[in-house]
Amino acid sequence: MVYPLLSSLGYSFIEWDGYIRRGFAGFDNFRKVLFERPYSERLVGALKHNVFFFVVTFLIQTTFGLFIAVMLTKGGRLLRLFQTVYFAPYTLSQVVVGFLWLLLLNPTWGQINKFLTLIGLENLTRPWLGDMMTALPTIVLVNAWRWLGFPITVYLAGLQGIPVELEEAALVDGATPWQVFRHVTLPLLVPTIGMVTILTFIYDFNAFELIFIMQGSSGSPFYSTDVLGTFFYRTAFGDATTGGEVGQVGLGSAIAVLMFLVICVVSVFGVWLVRRQEVEM
Amino acid sequence: MGVYAVIVAYPLLLMLVTSFKSTREIFMAPFALPKEWNLNNFVAVWQRANFPVYLKNSLFVTVTSVALIAGLSSLAAYALARYDFPWSNPLYVYFLSGLMVPIRLGVLPLFLLMKNLRLHDTHAALILTYVASGMPMSVFILTGFFRTLPKELEFAARIDGCNEFQVFYKVMLPLIRPALATVVLMNFVPLWNDFFFPLIFLRNDALKTIPLGMTVFFGQYETNWGLVFAGMVMASLPLLVLYILLSQQFIKGLTAGAVKG
Repeated sequence: MVYPLLSSLGYSFIEWDGYIRRGFAGFDNFRKVLFERPYSERLVGALKHNVFFFVVTFLIQTTFGLFIAVMLTKGGRLLRLFQTVYFAPYTLSQVVVGFLWLLLLNPTWGQINKFLTLIGLENLTRPWLGDMMTALPTIVLVNAWRWLGFPITVYLAGLQGIPVELEEAALVDGATPWQVFRHVTLPLLVPTIGMVTILTFIYDFNAFELIFIMQGSSGSPFYSTDVLGTFFYRTAFGDATTGGEVGQVGLGSAIAVLMFLVICVVSVFGVWLVRRQEVEM
Repeated sequence: MGVYAVIVAYPLLLMLVTSFKSTREIFMAPFALPKEWNLNNFVAVWQRANFPVYLKNSLFVTVTSVALIAGLSSLAAYALARYDFPWSNPLYVYFLSGLMVPIRLGVLPLFLLMKNLRLHDTHAALILTYVASGMPMSVFILTGFFRTLPKELEFAARIDGCNEFQVFYKVMLPLIRPALATVVLMNFVPLWNDFFFPLIFLRNDALKTIPLGMTVFFGQYETNWGLVFAGMVMASLPLLVLYILLSQQFIKGLTAGAVKG
């Protein structure tokens, strides 16, 4: 586990010709990736898309996901059934999810556009994945469809771990249900939300499969869905779609090291924040 | 809540229903139930695509990896939890450090390593990578469990004449069976579904696992939608059936680590 990462660091300082070492490169690989076109442009683009991916997913899961989890606690006998349904897509392979939605979103005969026509929203039909404006948001929603069961389940476990007495006491003291949620339940759930957010961050910055399956290794249309994962893959292993360049080990390793730094720094900071919250209570 | 359940379940049902239809029917009546429930698509996938081969490969790679992870991590966790030896704490921390690291970012050195070891394009490359990536979490969970078992059990077993291995195998292992089940599921599902490492390591079509084989299949039969839907159903069915039977264990296994206790 540790060996591949350390060697990644080592490789990123070496000049490579295909898979053959040439010599010590210093920070040359990093300079290229960070400041030289077209790499720098793609790196910034991909990073932005990863941030968008994470932020939107985070917003969906901490509003809608949390709402569903709260509703589930009141679900009674149906709780297990609903939970089973919500969690089901998470057990599917991202390949299946990708292909399934690729077919559903097909511009000419896919069920999504047909459905929109059926309910009279014909002017909303569009090539969801072929339009630069809608491609990335669509991918994020498809990912959310698969992923949401996870945060919902963890939130549910967190909510069930909160002693009922606390909420009852607040109700007795005259708080409205919303006040109870806002001032009793939510603060107690903050560590759980924090942990889920960190996991989501790590997961979203490793995003690759769904985009590779649905939009190819260059994140079509015109790199509008390109993320660090696909950028890394293209650079490190070569890209059949653009004439089969050979993989560039040095540059690929440099990207991997940068990704690792981002993920590591943000998640360590996140864990620190969550810990601090825990102490405050 | 109900609406969201529909949003989640409907595409899955659509996938299942559509797999029984002919391409013509899918185009003409995308939402209708099939006129007749025929299994032609499934038979065609089984015969024409390399599906049985992919299935066999997936089973082999996943079962071997999970068995190795479960076996090795329970041995390692037992030693870390029950014995005090000079390097036990640093060793535990070493295992834990693996938790923090997304193994994919180390894929380039792994790729070159496998090339140099001439393991490139073999199942061994996958299995070794999977075992390495599955160990930290499994050791972490199992060590936690082993620590909760009372020492008296161990003493009693010794008095009854068990040797070291028998203490582990006959007394301790059965007691942590629930945790072991969690570990098995936690590893089985992501490995069964993994696409990234097969994509990097495997070239030979006869070695590909289901997720990677799906892409080959999808490329070949892109316009035969009925076939593609049937392929997807067949690729996800083994796990979905298991999930429906054991949903609570699945949910527990896959969220282990994020949920406390």
